[in-house]
Amino acid sequence: MRHGVARFVTGFLALPVALYLFYVVWPFAQAAGYSLTNWGGYSDKQEFVGLDNYVRLFSDELIRKAFWHNVFFLVTVPLFTIALALFLAFLLNVGGREDRAGIRGVFGSGLYKVIFFFPQVLSLVVIAVMWQQIYRSDNQGLINGLLMKIGLVDADNPIGFTADPEPFLGVPAVLWWLLFIAVWSGAGFYMVLFSAAMQSIPKDIYEAALLDGASRFHTFFRITLPLLRDTISVAWVYLGFIALDMYALVFVMTPSQGGPNHASEIFASVLNFTAFQKGQFGYACAMGVALAIFTILLAALQLRITRRERIEY
Amino acid sequence: MSTVTHPSGERARPGRPAPRPAPSRGLVSRGRELGGRFFNGFSHLFLVVWAVMVIYPLLWVVMSAFKDDSEVIREPLSLIPDELHWDNFTRAWGEGHLGAFFLNTLLVLVGSVFLTMLLGSMAAYVLARYEFPGNRLIYYMFLSGLTLPIYLAAVPLFKGVYNTGIVLPLLGPNRHLMLIMVYVAWSLSFTVFFMHSFFRTLPDSIAEAAMVDGASHSRLFFSIMLPMAKPGLISIGIFNVLGQWNQWYLPTLLMQSVAGEPKNQVIAQGLIELSVNQGYKSDWSGLFAGVTMAMLPVLIVYIVFQRQVQSGLTAGVSK
Repeated sequence: MRHGVARFVTGFLALPVALYLFYVVWPFAQAAGYSLTNWGGYSDKQEFVGLDNYVRLFSDELIRKAFWHNVFFLVTVPLFTIALALFLAFLLNVGGREDRAGIRGVFGSGLYKVIFFFPQVLSLVVIAVMWQQIYRSDNQGLINGLLMKIGLVDADNPIGFTADPEPFLGVPAVLWWLLFIAVWSGAGFYMVLFSAAMQSIPKDIYEAALLDGASRFHTFFRITLPLLRDTISVAWVYLGFIALDMYALVFVMTPSQGGPNHASEIFASVLNFTAFQKGQFGYACAMGVALAIFTILLAALQLRITRRERIEY
Repeated sequence: MSTVTHPSGERARPGRPAPRPAPSRGLVSRGRELGGRFFNGFSHLFLVVWAVMVIYPLLWVVMSAFKDDSEVIREPLSLIPDELHWDNFTRAWGEGHLGAFFLNTLLVLVGSVFLTMLLGSMAAYVLARYEFPGNRLIYYMFLSGLTLPIYLAAVPLFKGVYNTGIVLPLLGPNRHLMLIMVYVAWSLSFTVFFMHSFFRTLPDSIAEAAMVDGASHSRLFFSIMLPMAKPGLISIGIFNVLGQWNQWYLPTLLMQSVAGEPKNQVIAQGLIELSVNQGYKSDWSGLFAGVTMAMLPVLIVYIVFQRQVQSGLTAGVSK
């Protein structure tokens, strides 16, 4: 019998583990190794350079820029997406009329949910290509075209969108425009997530609060929001990963994939440029390892902060 | 609205005493009612604004796909084309190679999603329900893939695939089978993580009963445990279909032309190329048609199965 179990376990694990080792673990391990060399990628010539690549990271102006852009997305993408999603979920679930059964959701909330969820099922690439057309800087672009028609924008001086490196609140405008797309595409999904969490809170709690004379704003801030804490922190972690991965938008939408003039450079774009255009694979791998360490630290930090006793109901 | 008796929507509560007395209807409650109405109106207003912001761009792209080029330039904003130019679609499908992209995507996804689900749930099941040395190690190995950025692996992954291709041409760059294997490997992390927690929750008693009846371990898995895990399989299945359909970085990296043969591009990769390389520079309506064709099938599937997709995807996050 024991023998049978061992054979069964090995049989079930062999293929998945082999695939995973070959296509995921092995490349990562190699990358860590290459990060200690000056390998160019196209020749076989490589020398061991120790931690030189890592030291170089700290004095690299472009990396520093990319790092701060990543931090910008890391803060703003979760913040704005969650705020908007919560607001929409709030309107959807307590925006309806109030009667003796309590406060109800708005009429047609199911339809709203279906619509708001649309961007989530579209691929990031489709969204990027679509918004590229919307953001066009002539009258063919949806936004510039509309604004020119009502006379808010001068035809000779259109909004530059992703070609605009001018800082707004200290951050290049192009990043704000990319942020808008990220929020646009994410809000609906998290709204549905929060909505489901809100509906799983037992009605009795609200009834009690209502009897005590609490308004819908009070019940939202004093009851709903604290009970949603777990869901919100999970959402924050996921949005953090999305924020680190804005590369699809940068790749498709910005001039020279990180421009204009490096105004939208992020870790991933610098890494890919260094590896495949400049042919400095060793250095690019060091960037990747640094990014991985950064991600893991962030995830660990996140888990520490958000870990708390669960409220069971 | 205030004097109607209990709405039927309220949950039935057997054994509950008579309804609570109505709250006194003084000035305060009337004021609240008014505020409620105002708030209801405001809610609808804001929700409608956001709904328009979601739908309008999508509709604009779809409608622009039906205009001819001169109309795209002359009347870029109108939502109603003068005439339905279906030829944009045939042009994008043929000359724009969208047909080929679709076929490639379909070929890859059929294999990769099936294998991801099969191998992922097999691994997750064994890791969740059998004790053996190295169990935790393998589990954490799968888990670690969730936090590592894919870009880090890009260079060695390409090299590995390239070298494999020399020995086994079917697994080399630009091959469907290779992309299937890579997709499966990269989807295993989340699939194992998700199904692991699912298999943990299944009751032991049924498994024990089956073993007493003489079922083998693999029979227990395929005919009892897997069917019981169906809700989880649906969630993770939707997640993987969308995730792999949307994948653009891996194909861009690995489906590169070798020895001069044309690239076997998947849809996301192909669209990027059309857009970034401006291959459609003078063919805006064709680009719109391409985006529309990439967008509509998913949207239609979503609208038909919206309940499953919504709950499937949100379950993927809240696990």
